[in-house]
This record gives sequence, structure tokens and C-alpha cells, in this order.
Amino acid sequence: MATTYAVLSEGLEKRYGAVHALRGLDLAVARGSVCGLLGPNGAGKTTAVRLLTTLLRPDGGSARVAGHDLVREAASVRRRIGVTGQYASVDGDLTGRENLRMFARLHRVRGPAERAAELLERFGLTEAADRPASTYSGGMRRRLDLAASLVRRPEVLFLDEPTTGLDPASRNRMWDAVRELKADGTTVLLTTQYLEEADQLADDIALMDRGRVAHTGSPAHLKALVGRYAEVVVAEPDALVRAAAVLDRLTGGEPAFDHDRNAVGVVTTDPTLTLPRLVRELDARDVPLLDVSIRQPTLDDVYLRLTGQLAEGKELVA
Amino acid sequence: MSAWAYDGTAMLGRQLRRLRNNPGLVVLTQTMPVTMLLFFGYVFGSALAMPGREYRSLLVPGLLVATAANGIMTGMFQAAQDTHRGVTDRFRTLPMSRAAVPLGQAVADLVVTAAGTVPFLLVGLAVGWRIEGSVPDAVDALALLLLFRFACTCAGIYLGLLTRSEEAAGQLGSATFMLPLLSNAYIPTDNLPGWLRTLAEWNPISAVTTALRDLFGNAPAPGGAAWPVAHPIAGSLVWCAALIAVFLPLAVRRYARGER
Repeated sequence: MATTYAVLSEGLEKRYGAVHALRGLDLAVARGSVCGLLGPNGAGKTTAVRLLTTLLRPDGGSARVAGHDLVREAASVRRRIGVTGQYASVDGDLTGRENLRMFARLHRVRGPAERAAELLERFGLTEAADRPASTYSGGMRRRLDLAASLVRRPEVLFLDEPTTGLDPASRNRMWDAVRELKADGTTVLLTTQYLEEADQLADDIALMDRGRVAHTGSPAHLKALVGRYAEVVVAEPDALVRAAAVLDRLTGGEPAFDHDRNAVGVVTTDPTLTLPRLVRELDARDVPLLDVSIRQPTLDDVYLRLTGQLAEGKELVA
Repeated sequence: MSAWAYDGTAMLGRQLRRLRNNPGLVVLTQTMPVTMLLFFGYVFGSALAMPGREYRSLLVPGLLVATAANGIMTGMFQAAQDTHRGVTDRFRTLPMSRAAVPLGQAVADLVVTAAGTVPFLLVGLAVGWRIEGSVPDAVDALALLLLFRFACTCAGIYLGLLTRSEEAAGQLGSATFMLPLLSNAYIPTDNLPGWLRTLAEWNPISAVTTALRDLFGNAPAPGGAAWPVAHPIAGSLVWCAALIAVFLPLAVRRYARGER
């Protein structure tokens, strides 16, 4: 399977004393894809990355990263990965250039000076190259971190919350960098709290909840699973009940009212429910329509619904 | 070049560049012992019942060793800082020798210490200290000093990896300032009460200080002292060997495991 998956973990476990931070992580990341590990604080994202990058030893389970066993072949794994994150950082007392040269040397890259110059150029850091990294702005620092993890063209790149705290321009620049890496064939595993980020970058999203992967799928798949949200806004309050009755008949869902806006909405997984059909049905019942919409759920909806359901112990029907 | 030597050299380069980028820190750490030599030498030297020049010639080896003991502080602070700032973990994700990071840090520290000894000794010469023994003995004295520094740095690195917090390491590190006060580095131990004298003479700083005074020909080992001071060279070597044997493996292991 080494040729198919860049990361393949089975039942990875990690405890910190009484805290069971990771309780059986099953994760498969296809070679060349971008996988987004999504979850709230405490879900185990960072622990998962720390295990998969050999920073921590698992207490149970096994994993192969870039085709090598995480524990028995840790040195081989380290030769093939790059890590950028809140915890794996550059040396602020060295300049950007000095940092990259040092990491290139430690990675046994031929021509460390040339490689450093190349990366500085690529990440727009040439002008700041000879200033201590501690003087860099947040965005520059993050780009230097990323450059440092790319000195040896890793097979698998781990990015732990790569844009947390960045301004929109820096964030977009980071996103572009990730897309370029994917285009070059690098497998990327990124953790994020930003649902939009996972939607923008990831081919697959692994939703983490309390130390496990609660759900995996493409952003589109997860959205379809949760369903779309059909909403009707009417001109007069009396019409709300009629509108709700139409929605109920069409979708079988349970309409939710927003009396302040004279709106009623329902979640639907029925792909045949189209906007024209909804409008026709409502018009046939003389509902004074102001606005009708069927919108894709945001990843926020996905997250709340999927982990919310799991939190109540219900199984999902895919 | 073997892997750990190659990685260690890269680590050495890192430390030296850090210093080059922080000239203020270098000046501060180098002027501190000189200031103490002048201050203690003329203030204490005038108060103590011995001629000032004689006290200063005893103080120079004492301050050399006290400064070497600061390796605990610098080792601890840097290891804690690197861990706290994520630099340690970055190294740990690299395909490099597990021993190279702590060892590289300790060896780089030795280079800096050795370089810093030169201006200090020049000031020592200016205030009356002399190499009163043979040159080979003086070379042995400096080698012993560096060995002791290495041992202290190893202990510091281990403690720094344990504490992980820059603030805690800074606080704990300044406490190491006390260690030479309870030794014969600044004062003779003969007049201390019995139990305190025993404690001071079993302080490794006392053994190494006595060995340096002996090898520089400034003063012979006193009779009637505790074993490490009465046999200062053997005592120093045993102390250094013991510190290194305990703390170097601990530091490397702690670094390699990196458990939180």
C-alpha cells in the first residue's frame, strides 16, 4: 500500500497520564493529495501530527509515513517529511538565510547556500534574508518556517495551523504556496480550525472529534451528507405556516422558523429539489414570496452537524 | 565525516552565528567576570587579612571556575529557550544524529568559553596574577577548566530540557550564582564552621579551584581539607567524570524522547 498512501495510520493511540489524547487514529492520506485535519481544540489534531512526524512515540497502533514505519524506521521517515507548525520553528537569533543554510546542511542538501537563496527568492524573503528571523512579521516568519521544511523537497509535508493569526493577504499567499506544492506532487497533511481553509485546499477532510477521526470525505461529499438548506422569506407572517407546509411536504424535514425575518427553512438531502420547483409549489399555494434560496452548507454547518450528531451517539447514514 | 560530527559542526556554526548576531550579549558575558575580578579583588582583597595582590592571584583561578560553573545557567537557559520556541522540535523532525543537538550546544559553548578566557586572563595578569608554575601545568589547568565547563553545561542542558520554560530556566539559572559562594572560589574555607566547611569543600567548584591554583603555582592544596580538595586534580577529574556520566546521557535521552 506504500505506493498508494503517503500516510496510513491504524489505531494510533497516545495518552498523557490520565488524558487519552488520541484513541485510535485511523487515517489514510493518498499520495499527492492534500488532507485537511479539522477539529476543535482538544480534538487531538496536534497530537496526531506530533506522532506522525516522530516527535512523539505512540502508545499503541501503527502507522506508515512515506512508506516507512513510524517507530521502527523513524530515521527514514524524517528524511522524507517536512514539518511546519506552532511547535517546529526556526531560530529567531539567526537570519533567514542562516536558518535555511543550516537546515539544508542538516538535511545533507548539496549546495546549501544555493538552496537557501532559491527558497528565499521563492517565498519573497530575499530582501529580509540577512535580518534576524525574530524581526520578521508573522506572515514572513510563517513563510520562512515553510521554506525551512522544504529544503529537501519532502514527500509528505505536515502543516500545523499554517495560517492561524495571519492577515488575509498573508493567508492567501500561504494558500498559494500549498497549491503549488500539491501541483508539484507533494502530499500535504494540514491541520486547521478554519473551515474555509480546509474547503479551499483539501481534497479530503478528516473530521476529528475527541481523539478519533469522526468522518472522512471530500468537502463536497461532506456537504452533500449534511444536505442543503432551503429557506423561504414571505411578505406577511400569516403566510409562514403555508410556506412551512409546502417545505414539509417536499422534503419531509422539520421546518425551522425565524419569525423576526418572516422566514422558514429546512435541511434537505433531496437532489431533485430545485429552485424553480420550489417557487412553483409555493406560488401554487399563494405564498407571497419575497425571497427563496437553496444554499450549500458551510463547513461550519458540516462540522456542527457531524460532530454534534456523534456527540449524541447517533450513527451517520452516508 | 561521521553523521554526528557533521551535525555537531552545523550546531557549532549555529551557536557561533547566534553570538555574532548578538554582540551585546557577548560583551555582557565577557565583561561580567572581569568586573567581578576588579570588584572582588579590590573590595574583598582590601578587607581580607592578606595582601591584596596575593588575594587577587587566588581570585583569578576562583573566578575562572565560578564562571565555568555558569555553564549550568547558560546551558539551561538555551535548552529551555530552544524547547519553548520550538527550535528543539524542529531539529527532532530532521534526519540528524540524536546526540548532535545537546553535544553541539555543549561543544559550541566550550569554544566560546575558551575564547572568553583569554581577555579575562590578560586582566588577571594586569592586576597581579601570574603563572607561577610550569607552562605544561598551566595548559593542564586550562584543559581541566574546560572539562569542568563541559560537565556543567551538560547538567544545564538536561535541566533546561526538563524545565522547558524560559522564565523558569532564567530564575533557576540565576540561583546558580550562589554555588561559588559556598566554595573556596572567593574565600578560604578554613575559618568556616565545621559542617559548612565540609559542604563547601565537597562543592565541585572547590576541587577545581584548588586544582587550578595548584597547577598555576598560585597556592598548593591545603592539608586537612576534605578529600576532593586535599587531592584536587584527582578530585576534579572524578567530579567532572561523574557529572558528565550522569547528565550527558540524561540530556541526550531527554532530547531524543522529547515527551511532554
